[in-house]
Amino acid sequence: MPSRTALLPPRHYLNDGYGIKSWLLTRDHKRIALLYLAGVTFFFFVGGAFAVLIRLELATPAGDLVSDETYNKLFTMHGVMMVFFFLIPAIPAVLGNFLIPIMIGAKDLAFPKLNLASWYIYMIGAAFTLWAVVQGGLDTGWTFYTPFSTIASTTNVIPAALGIFVTGFSSILTGLNFIVTIHRMRAPGLTWFRLPLFIWSHYATALIMVLGTPVLAITIVLVAADRLFRFGIFDPAVGGDPVLFQHLFWFYSHPAVYIMVLPAMGVVSELVAAFCRKQVFGYTFVAFASLGIAILGFLVWGHHMFVAGQSVYAAMIFSILSFLVAIPSAVKVFNWTATMYKGSISWDTPMLYAIGFIGLFTIGGLTGLFLASVGLDVHVTDTYFIVAHFHYIMVGGTIMGYLGGLHYWWPKISGRLYNERLARISAVIIFLGFNLTFFPQFVLGYLGMPRRYHAYPPEFQVLNVLSSAGASILGVGYLIPMLYLMWSLRYGKVAGSNPWGAVGLEWNTTSPPPTQNFLETPIVTWDAYQYPTTVEGHVA
Amino acid sequence: MAARVDNLYFFLLGLTVFFSLLIAGLIVAYAIKFRRRSPDAIGAVIHGGLMLEITWSVIPLMITMVLFVWGASVFFAMSRPPAETLNVYVVGKQWMWKFQHLDGQREINELHVPVGRPVKLIMTSEDVIHDVFVPAFRVKADVLPGRYTNIWFEPTKPGTYHLFCAEYCGTRHSGMTGQVVVMEPNDYQNWLSGGAGEGSLAAAGQKLFSDLACNTCHRPDAQGRGPVLQNLFGKTVELASGERVVADEAYIRESILNPHAKITVGFQPIMPTFQGLVTEEQLLELIEYVKTLKQDTTNAQ
Repeated sequence: MPSRTALLPPRHYLNDGYGIKSWLLTRDHKRIALLYLAGVTFFFFVGGAFAVLIRLELATPAGDLVSDETYNKLFTMHGVMMVFFFLIPAIPAVLGNFLIPIMIGAKDLAFPKLNLASWYIYMIGAAFTLWAVVQGGLDTGWTFYTPFSTIASTTNVIPAALGIFVTGFSSILTGLNFIVTIHRMRAPGLTWFRLPLFIWSHYATALIMVLGTPVLAITIVLVAADRLFRFGIFDPAVGGDPVLFQHLFWFYSHPAVYIMVLPAMGVVSELVAAFCRKQVFGYTFVAFASLGIAILGFLVWGHHMFVAGQSVYAAMIFSILSFLVAIPSAVKVFNWTATMYKGSISWDTPMLYAIGFIGLFTIGGLTGLFLASVGLDVHVTDTYFIVAHFHYIMVGGTIMGYLGGLHYWWPKISGRLYNERLARISAVIIFLGFNLTFFPQFVLGYLGMPRRYHAYPPEFQVLNVLSSAGASILGVGYLIPMLYLMWSLRYGKVAGSNPWGAVGLEWNTTSPPPTQNFLETPIVTWDAYQYPTTVEGHVA
Repeated sequence: MAARVDNLYFFLLGLTVFFSLLIAGLIVAYAIKFRRRSPDAIGAVIHGGLMLEITWSVIPLMITMVLFVWGASVFFAMSRPPAETLNVYVVGKQWMWKFQHLDGQREINELHVPVGRPVKLIMTSEDVIHDVFVPAFRVKADVLPGRYTNIWFEPTKPGTYHLFCAEYCGTRHSGMTGQVVVMEPNDYQNWLSGGAGEGSLAAAGQKLFSDLACNTCHRPDAQGRGPVLQNLFGKTVELASGERVVADEAYIRESILNPHAKITVGFQPIMPTFQGLVTEEQLLELIEYVKTLKQDTTNAQ
């Protein structure tokens, strides 16, 4: 509960040094998190602008607003920006960066300079890719399928790929930093099974980042070698195999789906616990489900290739493994739901996002079963069904989790409260806009509308118009938080150290926290989410 | 086949609706029933329950295994064409579909087939990856350069159906569409006799076979410097390396373009490559000709 007379603490990480240099040379994980916040927010709105143009074009069946060439570039750049420069870094590099050291009672990440280097590497990669966009863009799709990307496309494949290659290293270094930090820097008494589930899910994510991203890097190098020097690795005319590219690409890019969604699951575990004031039901099961997803996630890449000329038996293996990866996800959903039972449930904005996440992720996950069923995948793959499915996971899941987390920890990050009423309204707008945008796409896909089509048969128009209308609502929904969060930075009410009455080490320090996070190292003698019978003891 | 796919689809749809409503219903009900009534209230102390965890792991596991078997059985049926099919060769290129019928008819972006007969498409690409997708028949398969992939379907109702390229292939990807025209058998016969004029696909292959002088080495009498091709298609060939391969479309294609890759036991690697000398369509003519050679010898005996 916000204390009536709360004042900002006299010294905290935001007033510990002013000027551009104090930010660009900072080694404070909290400031680096904010640098990332600026980066990912920029790419979210750039990628979103491309999405707006895509939906505008698709409002009519004829390809009339932009040319086919431009349209292909729009969906390519939307995908590249959103996946590599927003979704992958968003939660780990912003919320993870800010919170992991605080949640485990540490002063910083294990390698603060490496953390800053990660941000610079991300920005350099981003600069290459933006340069590719400014030079005229690229048209390969974010998936860069060969031999189109190696022998046919005449667009800026190399600079864009170079950007993704470079950014991958920031991902690897962030993952490395998290793993070492979580192993070595936990506060006294903070055993593995006392860790918040946010930490578990980030640990699982970091493992994927470190193990998966190098495969993406080598794949990009091979594409560049084929394109620049005609190595022919993926070119069948000289004995290469274009499908080999898909194996390599999805060996990274399927686990990358879990890089995007596992951290959001971690956020949702925190939100559900905090806004039910209750321990997460089945803590150990949720924790191990994260690791289970991370491990199984490496074994299912072939389900992206059921129609790509794979053998029937390979398809069987990938199908059954894909069904298995659904189990830990289902376990999480059931545990979150059970956590709400007999909770003390508040309807504050972050909880609305958490509820939105659970509902939309459930639909996203269940429609994944359609795609794991090989005989049915044949019909719906490469259609709008796929587009709808992964947007339910990526937008309905990851972005809902990200926004929920951003609202929950915003008072900690900024020291101030945003306008709760406006925040609830925009959460509802986002939820409605999202469903109107993407639900019709499931139907479109089942009816047979292929993805990546600039023009389409007229019978698909009604559903496309609904989708485009939804997108305009969704777009407005995303702009509102941008505005009131900025506003709150200056005019928001002072939050106090624990505005939600939540437990967790991050609420045991001031808002904003001091540069070293805690004035004295905390000693942990309690389990995660252990609420005392009276809450007063935890309101600072 | 479309009905089998749809049955699975609607079962899954029911399952999705059931679980979505279950979860959404519980969440909303709990959110209302257990809403915070005083600012200091906390939730009940509940850690978890092993039985519940087991229940909600095992039930989804069983459901997904049923789905796996169901989905796999549909896929098996899709992957195994009946023995007797009407074969049509398909070549995809940026940005059009070329169809070659065995009787010699050639079509672009339009495929005529009779109702009630299983049709098999044997497909390859001249450039990048494409994908044949006929939503009405619930079939889809990538069309790959340098390889042959198949799909089959049995049209049950005359009509005109969408044909889409479903794998992004560049600028005019969304223009790489066409239609499948399903005709009554009589109309189909009329259509067949109305087109062509160039002779059958195999006849074109035969002409090419002698124009390229393949017949000087590949003789039917086992006296040539190359293996006898009569009766070859579909048989197992023993290679000089000791391996055995089935002489399918891909093997014949490879043997024309990259003859030294798989040398038949007892022969010298002396055949030159025809890479760059024959087009994808001519390759298909040659393959079709080799296939018919099988029947010629049986007739001769």
